[in-house]
Parts: sequence; C-alpha cells; structure tokens
Amino acid sequence: MTTKHQTYYVPSQSVWPIVGAIGLFFIAAGAGLFVQQMKSGASGGGYLLLLGIAVIVFMLVGWFSAVIKESTTGLYSAQMDRSFRQGMSWFIFSEVMFFAAFFGALFYARAIAVPWLGGASNNAMTHEILWPSFEAVWPLISTPDGTKTEAMPWTGLPLINTLILLTSSVTLHFAHISLEKAKRSAVVLWLGITILLGIGFVGLQVEEYRHAYQEMGLTLTSGIYGNTFFLLTGFHGMHVTLGTVFLLVLFFRVLKGHFTADKHFAFQAGSWYWHFVDVVWLCLFIFVYVL
Amino acid sequence: MSTMTQDQTAVHDDDHHHGAPKGIMRWLLTTNHKDIGTLYLWFSFIMFLTGGAMAMVIRAELFQPGLQLVEPNFFNQMTTVHGLIMVFGAVMPAFTGLANWLIPMMIGAPDMALPRMNNWSFWILPFAFAILLSSLFMEGGGPNFGWTFYAPLSTTYSPDSTALFVFSIHIMGISSIMGAINVIVTIVNLRAPGMTWMKLPLFVWTWLITAFLLIAVMPVLAGVVTMVLTDKFFGTSFFEAAGGGDPVMFQHIFWFFGHPEVYIMILPSFGIISAIVPAFSRKKLFGYASMVYATASIAILSFLVWAHHMFTTGMPVFAELFFMYCTMLIAVPTGVKVFNWVATMWRGSLTFETPMLFAVAFIILFTIGGFSGLMLAITPADFQYHDTYFVVAHFHYVLVTGAIFSIMAAAYYWLPKWTGHMYNERLGQWHFWCSVISVNVLFFPMHFLGLAGMPRRIPDYSIQFADINQIVSIGGFAFGLSQLIFLVLVIKCIRGGEKAPAKPWEGSEGLEWTLPSPAPYHSFTTPPEVK
Repeated sequence: MTTKHQTYYVPSQSVWPIVGAIGLFFIAAGAGLFVQQMKSGASGGGYLLLLGIAVIVFMLVGWFSAVIKESTTGLYSAQMDRSFRQGMSWFIFSEVMFFAAFFGALFYARAIAVPWLGGASNNAMTHEILWPSFEAVWPLISTPDGTKTEAMPWTGLPLINTLILLTSSVTLHFAHISLEKAKRSAVVLWLGITILLGIGFVGLQVEEYRHAYQEMGLTLTSGIYGNTFFLLTGFHGMHVTLGTVFLLVLFFRVLKGHFTADKHFAFQAGSWYWHFVDVVWLCLFIFVYVL
Repeated sequence: MSTMTQDQTAVHDDDHHHGAPKGIMRWLLTTNHKDIGTLYLWFSFIMFLTGGAMAMVIRAELFQPGLQLVEPNFFNQMTTVHGLIMVFGAVMPAFTGLANWLIPMMIGAPDMALPRMNNWSFWILPFAFAILLSSLFMEGGGPNFGWTFYAPLSTTYSPDSTALFVFSIHIMGISSIMGAINVIVTIVNLRAPGMTWMKLPLFVWTWLITAFLLIAVMPVLAGVVTMVLTDKFFGTSFFEAAGGGDPVMFQHIFWFFGHPEVYIMILPSFGIISAIVPAFSRKKLFGYASMVYATASIAILSFLVWAHHMFTTGMPVFAELFFMYCTMLIAVPTGVKVFNWVATMWRGSLTFETPMLFAVAFIILFTIGGFSGLMLAITPADFQYHDTYFVVAHFHYVLVTGAIFSIMAAAYYWLPKWTGHMYNERLGQWHFWCSVISVNVLFFPMHFLGLAGMPRRIPDYSIQFADINQIVSIGGFAFGLSQLIFLVLVIKCIRGGEKAPAKPWEGSEGLEWTLPSPAPYHSFTTPPEVK
C-alpha cells in the first residue's frame, strides 16, 4: 500500500527562512527610517536598508541553492513539482492584484475624480467654489492648484519599448520550446536574446524618465497624471528588472545543464513571470500612454 | 477507523528519530506545520492581550466624561493600534495557526505543501509588529489615524512614523499572502486519495476560500499604503484634490481590500462552528453542500459591497442603491448558514461542553452582529449611524463574539488533540460564562450610545452618555480579565491533566481524530485512504 504513493519531500529544519525574516525586518525598518529621515537629513535608515537587501540576497542564494541541490539529487516528486507550479501561479495572481490597485487609482482619477473637480455629476458648486478656472481634461496637464506638465506621447520610446517587450515574450517562448525539445544551444541563444531585450527595455525606460524629468517637466509631483504614470511604469520597470535577473539566473543554470526536457520548473516559473510582466506592459501601454 | 489509528501509530513508532528537535532552534528553524501552528497561536494570543490592554486604556479613559487619563493624541494612537493589532496580529494569525495545525491532519497530508515558506510567513510577523509597536515610542508618536488610516489623516496630518507603519503593513501583507498560497496549494495538491472536494471538512473549504480572498486583496492593501507613503513623503497627490486626486479614492481602494478582509476574519469561523455543532449534536451537519455554496457566494459578494462603508461620502444615488442592495444580498447565504447550524442541533442529542457553549454563543451573538449589519446597510439609516458607537457595537459583535468566540471554541475543541490532555472543564465553563456575560455588558449598550449619537474614536463625550459608558467600561474590564482564565487553563492543559484518547468527543468526525493524542510530530507520512 505504501508503494502506491511517492513520498512527499518535507525538508528538515532550515536556517534560510529566519535569515529571510531578519533581512525583511532590516529592509522594512531601514526603508521606514530612511523615508522618515529624508526630511530631517539624519542618516542611518539607508544603511539598515542596504544591510537588509544584502541579507535577503544572501538568503535567496542560500535558499535557492538548497532547493536546486534537492532537485538535482532527485528528492522531488511530480507532486512537489505541482506544488511549486501552483505556488508560482498564485504568486503571480497576487502581483496582478497589486497592479490592479494602481490601475484602479488611474481609472478612478480619470473617470471620477478629475471630472468631478471640473463640475461633473452634482459637483457644480465644488468646481465653482474651489477652482473655477480648472479644466477637466485627461491627461491632466494642469492640476487644480496650477502645476503644469506635458503628456507623454505613446509614439517614440514607448512604442519601441512595446515592440521590444512583445518580441522578448516570443523569443522566450522559442527558448522554452527548444528546452522541451532538449536543444540546449538553441535555448542559450533565445534566452540570451530575451535577456538583452529586457536590458534594452530598462535602458530605454531610464532614458524616457530622463526625458520626462528634464525636458517635459513631467515628474512624480506633477499631479495625478504624473503620479499614476510614474507609479505604474515604475513598479512595472522594477518587475522587468527583477524578471531579467531571474532570466539571467536561468541562463547560467541552462549552461550548467540543470534542466531537462520534462523537468524544468524554474524555467517555467521564470517564463510565466516574464509573460505576466509583458501583459502588464500591454495594459500600461493602452491605458497610460495611448488612451 | 480504529485500524487506521493503529497503522498510523505503527508507522510513527519506527520513526522516532524524526521527533521534534530540542531547544530554541526547534522554533526558529522549524518546517513542521504543528510547530508553526503553535507559534502562530501563541503569537496571536500575546497580541490579543496586547491589543486588549490598549482597549483597557480606551475604556478607562471613557469611564467618565472629560479628559481623565490620557492625552487625546495618545487616545487616538490606542484606538488605531488596538484595531491594527486585533485585526492583523490577533484574529488573522490565530486562524492561520489553526489552519497550520489542522488542515494537513484533516486532509491526510504529511505537512503543508511549502514547509520552509511556511516558517518564513510566520517569523516575519513578530518583526512587523515590533516595527509597528516601536513607532509608538518615537517622536511625534505612532499611528493615530484609525486602523482604516483614511487620507488626509494618514497623509497631511499624520506623524512622521507613518513610514514605519507603511512598511510594517507591507510585511504583514507578505506574510498573509505567503500563508494563503501555502494553504491553497496544500488543499489542492496534498489531499489524501479519496478525499474528494465534497468530502472536505468545512474548515478546509472555508479556509480555501479565505486564502483566495487573502491573495486577491492583500496586494491591494499594499498598493494603497504605498500611495499613502508617496503622498506623505514623495509629493504625489493621489488623495489630494489640489493635484487632481481625491481623498474619497483612498476609501474606495482601502475598502476594496477592507470588505473582503472582514470576511477573511469570519469565513474560517464558519468552518469551525460547522465542525463543532455536529460533534456535540451527534448528528451530521445539516446541508453540507449548501454550506460550501453559501461560503463561495459570500466570498464573491464581498467584492461588490465595499462602498457601504462610505455612504456619507457623497456618492451618486445610483451607487448608494447598488451597494445597499448587494450588501443586503449577503444576508441570504449567511442566513443559510445560521439555519443549517440550528437545523443540525434540532433533535440532536446535545451536550454542552465548553466548545459547544462557545459555538452556540457564536450562533446567537454573531447573528445579532449580522442584524445590526443589515441596519447599517440601509443607506438612509446609515446617515444616522455612520461613525457612531452603533458601528463599534456592530463590528465587535461580529469580531469578538464572532471571530474570537469561534477561535476559543476551536481551541477548546482541538486542545486535547494538540496537547494530549483534556482541559479542565470546570475552568472552561467559568471562562465561557464570565466571557459571555461580560462581553454583552461591554458591547450591547454601545448600540444605544450609537443610536443616541455618540461618535466613535473621541476621548471625551457629552454628559448624557456617562451612565452607559460606565456600564460598558465595567463590562470591558470584566471581559479582559476573563481571558486570563483561558491563559491559565491552556497552560494547565499543556502541563498535564487527564490523558486524552484519540477521539475525545464521541460525535466528532474527521481524519484528525484517527491520529493519537497528542498528534505525532509527523502526521500521515503515508496518505490514508478515504472511503
């Protein structure tokens, strides 16, 4: 009877979670103090934050090494693989909901907050008494208190970046197909191209931000348009950066021959993550830039 | 069933070297679902007493009109941190602790699906609360804007320590999301052969749906605290009309998280009560399938009702009506549940041990909280009740006599399984009767205070509210002290007492009762067959 089921691997004690907990503690306390000290000019929080990031990187390397070792020594069953896959899918769902909060803010501002400030619905008196000269348009290039900015056009860099990210999803898919056909050199090639495209995207976004700040006067403080623009594209950019690091790790693992045609959860997870980041960008491109 | 018990014991006799490690490192490095469950439960109890102490400060200040003991700003910090601690530190970790202890045993799994991540989700919590509590001692004080941290109270008018508040909330969210992912994956992937969906114990079902809600809304909370952070420290104007934003937008995003959140704090209770009531009625649960569907309906509806917290913000009439009717719709599945519990007891051979007492009190008192919720859902009536003590009475009925009472019931019901000893029934009965009387003295009169117009979150009040506030405070002190009986009882139960059999309650059902008491360190290394 016992032979019918593979045993589910339950790791014995592990030091990495508590290291990770301490790392997160340093990051949260450090970031909190750092932000608080920006006004007063004191320091200390920033160092704690950096220390926390270092501890987390140390933890990630150690934890993943342990998992990779367990995986390569054959401790994992198909059931374990399903746990990892389901865990990753739900993690991506939580990320979707995180972006949903900011998209929600964007839609609310566009469809409700800004029109109401302009007197829509039953808010004629709000408009009349608070800011009678305010004009409700989107992109909001002039806020009620008079901050002026320019709107980022969707042509140019954003369009190029869209093409880059879409292409990268395709090349990553080619890498995945090659992996499933066990053609390692093709995997290396397509994955390498994907990583370069990811780096290119981040580079162009930095350039776009520089352009916005220095030539357009579009900053984080230019009212609700700038707020939603920078928080949405900024968090997306952070995800692309993390995704690129993820792909880079996969690249070296492919070189080391960690994955086989039928067992490559980490590759699958990295690829899901990348496609998710791509879909978020498509929504961003449509709702932040084009419409 | 009894043969299975012996099988399990036999397996574990061979496995002695896999027992619990010793010392503090056992707790810091553990990957065992029972150890982590225990950690969660003790942490939540410590937080319960901490948040309770803050409630005592609030009730002491409100014992008489006028400013007596504390500064208004400190009073605001007490109401804020009391709420944050009870929601994120007491109720949610208690349910996660119960989930850790019980779900693997109930579905015949060896452990949680991702044991190391399980440890991480717990151990980041004490750190998050250390950050939150330490902010109380900083210059300018801790969070003082209410646990709902409405803008602009949390942005323009908040203390500098708000940055620490924001990051501590982030960690609490990460902890909840990881815990919820673990629960879902465990339930979907680690059920024993034959444990089909409609055979799952209701506690497992309700937790599955709760976990889904957690993953869906905790990231939204993370988003809204991030906007508070950038509004306060980085010059954005999400919640500032002068920059094209709107403070009401804060409330929309917050309550899109907040309303599913209140169901996160009650759905596992439904699962607990659905285990205990049949056990002490010695009958099968009435309407199992309808319980599952009702839970799912409540979860879906919870995404469509958030703005009933904001009827007085000047929404268009259409929106007010939409949210009013959606809210009232929730009474239907909830009513199905209450009906099922009562129907389960109908003509059962009832006995009233402590778990059952708490469960019956839950059904009655939670229903009172549900009815006051219906009153609040009526938009025109809510204009009168909004932000009064009526609201405070309402949500304490659903959270204290609802969530907390169900957690108490669960603790009494499964303590023999956890510790291997029976708890002291006499002490348990004392705890119950002291709690149930004092809690009603504490919260019932608040309804009258609210209807008469006493606002919440204010350290002073008009003279005509003095008598009732005194009664309420006395009830509060009595309820707080009653919980110490529980602490004594639990410690006594861990240290010794009558030996508990594998199945101490004759009417109870489920795989966890096929294991010996106390449950072995590793349960079901081989999955049991469920017929």
